[in-house]
Amino acid sequence: MTVIDLEQKARGLWSNQKRLLLLIIIIIGLLIIIGTGLYTIDPEEVGVIQRFGRYTHTTEPGLRFKIPFGVDRVTKVKVKYVYKEEFGFRTLEVGSAATRYSQRDYSDESLMLTGDLNIADVEWIIQYQINDPLKYLFNVRDVTGTLRNLSESSMRQVVGDHSVDEVIVLNRQEVAYETRMILQQLLDDYETGLEIRTVNLQNVTPPLPVQPAFNEVNAALQEEERIVNEARQKYNQIIPEARGKARQVVEQAEGYAVNRVNRATGEANRFTDVWREYNRARTVTRRRLYLETMEEILQNLDKVYIVDEDQSGILPLLNLEQRGE
Amino acid sequence: MKNIILIILAIILLIVIVNSLYIIDETEQVIITQFGEPIGEARTNAGLKLKIPFIQQVHRFEKRILQWDGEQNQIPTQDKKFIWVDTFARWRIVEPLLFYQTVRSETFAQSRLDDIIDGITRDIITLNQLIEIVRDTDRDMAFAIEIDFETDYYEEIKTPIMVGRRAIADSIFATAHPLIEQFGIELIDVQIKRVNYIEDVRKEVYERMSSERKQIADRYRSSGQGRAAEILGRMDRDLKQIESEAYRTAQEIMGRADAEATTTYAAAYNRDPDFFEFIRTMDAYRNTINDKNRLIITTDSDFYKFLKKGD
Repeated sequence: MTVIDLEQKARGLWSNQKRLLLLIIIIIGLLIIIGTGLYTIDPEEVGVIQRFGRYTHTTEPGLRFKIPFGVDRVTKVKVKYVYKEEFGFRTLEVGSAATRYSQRDYSDESLMLTGDLNIADVEWIIQYQINDPLKYLFNVRDVTGTLRNLSESSMRQVVGDHSVDEVIVLNRQEVAYETRMILQQLLDDYETGLEIRTVNLQNVTPPLPVQPAFNEVNAALQEEERIVNEARQKYNQIIPEARGKARQVVEQAEGYAVNRVNRATGEANRFTDVWREYNRARTVTRRRLYLETMEEILQNLDKVYIVDEDQSGILPLLNLEQRGE
Repeated sequence: MKNIILIILAIILLIVIVNSLYIIDETEQVIITQFGEPIGEARTNAGLKLKIPFIQQVHRFEKRILQWDGEQNQIPTQDKKFIWVDTFARWRIVEPLLFYQTVRSETFAQSRLDDIIDGITRDIITLNQLIEIVRDTDRDMAFAIEIDFETDYYEEIKTPIMVGRRAIADSIFATAHPLIEQFGIELIDVQIKRVNYIEDVRKEVYERMSSERKQIADRYRSSGQGRAAEILGRMDRDLKQIESEAYRTAQEIMGRADAEATTTYAAAYNRDPDFFEFIRTMDAYRNTINDKNRLIITTDSDFYKFLKKGD
């Protein structure tokens, strides 16, 4: 082996190493570009792409590629997600068994004047979606803050046109509906890119200090029902009984009538029968009837005094008898 | 050696290039100053832009709609009711150069808006009655009870609405708008967020609400008693009707029976009144004379006449 051979071999080795190094550098470079350029868009999102700050296009869910090194910037916007804002209360934690709410007082949000210059404590929620990601990103700064403020002013405007009774009981649906309409109009006017899905009144109550008085109304309502029910009960107890008695009286009268008519008919028939017989032998029959009657009576009498027809004054006789006893 | 110079040159070139390029975001607008002197119009189109490196400077301003949220202010209304009023407004930088020259930053702009809008809000609220600020339309409200017509309260809540909440907010806006233009700001709207009574008034209102509810409760109770009395009254009436009808029917039935009996008796007895008298008298003797009676009878009676004479 000559020196030249060795030199040639070394040169060849060197150039091989150089090529390999170059390849590695290129591969690493590509990996960096791909690694920083790839991004995923989740199914509920879209990606808004800005090249050097300028909006170029919007990408749909999937694995996507962008130019790295700050040339292309992706902002992911959850267009399918339904966002929720709470007013007058805050949910701390949604548990499987029970939802926990914040104990803090949000009455500055929930206390509002009603149209009859009373005060109502209104808690409500708003659910909304981002329906135009470009407007959402580029038109209004702090969209959520704007939404919260607009929601409060809309709700108060509507509640301000309703009486406290309407807000608490009578017209809850209408209040929620009108608020939604007004709020959506404002959001459209300022091109926030938001769409309201629901405005829902939650707890709507009188303010704490007047709640006892409101409860008293409920108690009075129940009392009213109770008093009326008691009266009805009494009615339902006494009237049917009276009807029963009335029927009894009528039945008794019917009984009397049947009895009376039958007796009369019987007696009349008996008389007629006797009279017919009597007609055949008037004198004898009359006498017989007389004697039979007398016989019967005299048997039953306590005492019978038979006096001569010429005897005048029978008192002495009676006295005599009493003295003897 | 040559290589090192080349590398240094390349780095310098890169710095120059980087410094002569700038990015405007979709949410921004910029003005370019040269030694503090503004150059050209404000640039509002987003994208990659060129400038003279080092000499020219970029000032960025927000292009989006911004929010101004005022503090709560205690303001008396025209009818001397003290209320807390909380307003908010939306605004936008429309002339960045003017904005840069007059207020420089958003923080200063916010404080200018505080001064202007708070003052105007105070002026306009003071000119209006409370009911005008609370209500928006003349909508007819429904109540759980009728309100006493004679009270001031009724007068107040039945006052026809001449302006209304939104119009008041609009007039605050209309007054403030021209005053704010001078800062390169466009005021977009002013909204009344919250209106609340001050503590003292709130207590009075709570008392009124409580007494109103007590009235409703009383009304329910007396209505209950009224309805109960009505039912009991009807019960009395029905009771009397039922009893008297029964009595009448009974009497009529018995009357008819008596009449029929009388007719029957009369028809039979009329055949021989004399015999009837006789036989009925016999019956009467039987029925009336019993073992407690004593009879004194003379021998000339038909029954005993034979005691004295046999024929």
